[in-house]
Amino acid sequence: MTAPSTQRPATSDRRTLPIRELVLFGGLALVVLAVFATMGPAYSTRMLVEASCYAILALGLTIQWGYAGQFNAGIMGFVALGGFSATFFSIPVNHAFWASDLPGRLGWVLLAMVVVTAIVFGISRLDRIGVPKLLRTILAIVAGLIGYLVVISWLRSVTGDIESQVEFIGGLGLPVWLGWIVGGALAGGVGYFIGHICLGLRSDYLVIATLGIAEIIKAFLKNSDWLTRGTATISPLPWPVPDPGEVGFLTARALYLSVTVVMIAVIFFLLHRAYHAPWGRMIRAIRDNEVSAAAMGKSINRRRQEIFVFGCILMGIGGAVLTSFNGLFDPQGYLPLNHTFLVLVMVILGGPGNNLGTLFGAVLVYVIWIMSGPMALAVMHAIVALGSHWFDWQPGNLDSRALQARVFVIGLLILLVLRFAPRGLIPEKVAHHD
Amino acid sequence: MNELIYFFNYVVVAGSVTGCIYAIGAVGVTLIYSILRFAHFAHADMMTLGTLAVLLLTLAFPHAGDPLGLPTAIVMLPVAMAFTSLVAVGIDRAFYQPLRSHGVKPIVMVIASLGVTLMLQGLIRLFAGTGSQNLYVDARKEIFRIDVPGVTRPIILTEPQVILFVITIVAVVGLHLFLTRARLGKAMRAMSDNPDLARASGINTRLIITLTWVIAGSLATIAGTLLSLDVAFKPDLSFFLLLPIFAAAIVGGVGHPYGAIAGGFLVGFAETLAVFNWSVLLRPLRDSLPTWLELPNNLALVGTEYKIVVPFFILVAVLIWRPTGIFKGKVI
Amino acid sequence: MPLLEAVDVHGGYGGMNILNGVNMTIEADEIGVIVGPNGAGKSTMLKAVFGLLTITQGEIRLRGKPITNLSPHKLVEMGMGFVPQEKNIFPSLSVEENLEMGAFLKPATVSRLKAQIYEFFPPLLEKRRQPAGELSGGQRQMVAMGRALMNEPSVLLLDEPTAGLSPRYMNEIFERVKTINAAGVGVLMVEQNAKQALRIAHKGFVLAAGQNRFSDTGEALLNDPQVAKSFLGG
Repeated sequence: MTAPSTQRPATSDRRTLPIRELVLFGGLALVVLAVFATMGPAYSTRMLVEASCYAILALGLTIQWGYAGQFNAGIMGFVALGGFSATFFSIPVNHAFWASDLPGRLGWVLLAMVVVTAIVFGISRLDRIGVPKLLRTILAIVAGLIGYLVVISWLRSVTGDIESQVEFIGGLGLPVWLGWIVGGALAGGVGYFIGHICLGLRSDYLVIATLGIAEIIKAFLKNSDWLTRGTATISPLPWPVPDPGEVGFLTARALYLSVTVVMIAVIFFLLHRAYHAPWGRMIRAIRDNEVSAAAMGKSINRRRQEIFVFGCILMGIGGAVLTSFNGLFDPQGYLPLNHTFLVLVMVILGGPGNNLGTLFGAVLVYVIWIMSGPMALAVMHAIVALGSHWFDWQPGNLDSRALQARVFVIGLLILLVLRFAPRGLIPEKVAHHD
Repeated sequence: MNELIYFFNYVVVAGSVTGCIYAIGAVGVTLIYSILRFAHFAHADMMTLGTLAVLLLTLAFPHAGDPLGLPTAIVMLPVAMAFTSLVAVGIDRAFYQPLRSHGVKPIVMVIASLGVTLMLQGLIRLFAGTGSQNLYVDARKEIFRIDVPGVTRPIILTEPQVILFVITIVAVVGLHLFLTRARLGKAMRAMSDNPDLARASGINTRLIITLTWVIAGSLATIAGTLLSLDVAFKPDLSFFLLLPIFAAAIVGGVGHPYGAIAGGFLVGFAETLAVFNWSVLLRPLRDSLPTWLELPNNLALVGTEYKIVVPFFILVAVLIWRPTGIFKGKVI
Repeated sequence: MPLLEAVDVHGGYGGMNILNGVNMTIEADEIGVIVGPNGAGKSTMLKAVFGLLTITQGEIRLRGKPITNLSPHKLVEMGMGFVPQEKNIFPSLSVEENLEMGAFLKPATVSRLKAQIYEFFPPLLEKRRQPAGELSGGQRQMVAMGRALMNEPSVLLLDEPTAGLSPRYMNEIFERVKTINAAGVGVLMVEQNAKQALRIAHKGFVLAAGQNRFSDTGEALLNDPQVAKSFLGG
């Protein structure tokens, strides 16, 4: 069933002037300039910083989905994890917490956690010294359950005391970039766990698992008041560059923008290097023809694992940078729509697997997204005017309803792109290797 | 004994209720998977859509159920099922069918269903808002108290719970009869077994696909309505329903309707047991325990706010140890 | 008028031609057998007849009516039955349900035909409630053929019905094919076991590289020294 590959030299007509890219980026520049002209430079710079943060997220997804065909539906979770890390590392130390006996008690709980894990792990290996497997399994489950209950009730009492005595444990007061790096590492760790379980299976399972882990991360951050202040939120968050209080909005945001732009350039450079290295060739071989790549060696799942983890790291870093810029850590502010599906639209519209296309998609979609807020509200008002006129329909809370209208539009956009431009505006060239 | 009744009320009844809802939802997901070969992520919002239809009908005719002595929502259920089925078939024709005929990979269908879920979510919340609403518009939930001799605490069942058990049994038996007796039901199983051969046998696969959406839409409406009758109509459950339903379908073996039912109850009971506060059961023993072993007030495995961890944990465990599910599903 | 006629058929998958001009004709009461080396396009030809791949040139006629590139669904309605080589049963359906699926387009005739199929294939009668996937290879082949016969086809296409079967079952299947043919069903089959197949064939077609090399009666091909030397292993 092999399709006939058009055997054309891969290099010949690819060095021509990239007219499509030039036109698209030129158009995008015009759009951005128009925003600058109408909304003012401070607002527009903020928009660009946020768009560049989203571009980092989109690059993370484009290597997972475009390079390796793994779809991650839990970007929100990785973003939140990165955001938490950035917050935890950068906000000031809570001296009340460290002066009390609470850190010691928390330390004991963590130690107990390690001990219980070690015990359960040890029991689960008992079959090596001749204990029947069934007995071992039962013992391991019982020990795990008891240990878990002991640790969790202990933890509940400590965290309850933290909340009532010192509100929350505070931060570390370290430079924010440390938090960004650790945020990437945390996201990568979660990605490793998920990838380890799902990558050998049908791709649907990865979607379910990532969707689930994202909601769990959010639930954890939202409900762990002792760690994150939960719904009370944390602000302000320090910036790695002078903040608006010192140098004014425009300069501060421009400085922040230069940081994100440098980051994107570094990521671009790294991706470019990796793409043309043997590793990248292997990845492309897997994407283009999994069966023949498998015939070359059996390390496909390893490569996929690497890509998936790498994508998650980028999402963690992107989330950290975005949260720092917002200056507010609010676990409830992480929404599947804003932080998962918006990124998905950026990638599939821009061109999955094509870094330049992804960058284009990220900026374009973010500009549209930001501008669509007031537009949606206006449309909403018009609809309601008609609705109340014809059917006596008088909904309140127009802001939240306008948000829902955007949910609908994002969904429709995904379907339209899949249907009419499945490879995006700047498609990845799937070359036929010789 | 009081504690046992408490256990019965808060675990056996509650677990069965959740189990029924997950089971009906998971059967829909698994049927779609077995015919169309992709995980349908819009299922939870289809449930919400069906329930919204029930809610709107109930608001329009609040007393339609009175002559029959049933809640109006139940009387309106068939109409809402027909409506949701129609929407489901329409969505298939408009969005999934063109992709299918392009022969896209299953993962693209999954992404398309995510797009559909966003559209449905947006539409539903645009018109219904995000707050919860009671399906008992103009009536009160009846509560049955069954006294057990020798115990002060009665067994408590509510009217919607009784209805839920009855409807679940009817739906499951009906589906079983359809799949094993009816010509089209057998053809559905045949297409799930071997789509190419089904086509070569002259089975009209388009008709079967339409039928699948009708059944899925109807089951989704039933599941959503029963859930809302028991608690309330909540338009923003989406992803929180999706995970347990998929976990149930995967535990039972994807593409395996009876497995999905078993999986639904497994996940439902696991959730209920995990959030149950076990210290209530141990309370009678409290006085006989040694003093150093002080019983904490909260002995639940996970707090209710972390309920979603349970289906996720089950999902992960199944994917690690038995990806085909307990009933050996079709494809990994 | 011949039952099934293929004239200069070209076709293949995705633009790559595998068939480069195949001709064959069988009459209403005949068994036609396609033999040839691996990769000669035998199964491809059968699939081309059943509309499973695109024919780029040439024509196929059923009782004089052109059926080139009609969908399988349409062909089944016109009285064609097809038994693929692999995946030719519904494994989780019972034997009886498998047969019922064969008569999907003619629900009224199910019980009469079922009785007939059980007469053709007695081993299936006692296993009729068992899932077809649990049967032995030979019995599965019977289920597969029975399923195709349930539609009362005028022509039955069999793709290597004896592949992977023990000699005992192989002979039994060939016997069944003869019985089916005697009941008035035209048969066109692809076979690896060329000698045995040609023995029961009225017409034989030797394909190589997507073209007819020899076409004659089964007996004549068996006795042709050239055919024997190149294609029947001496």
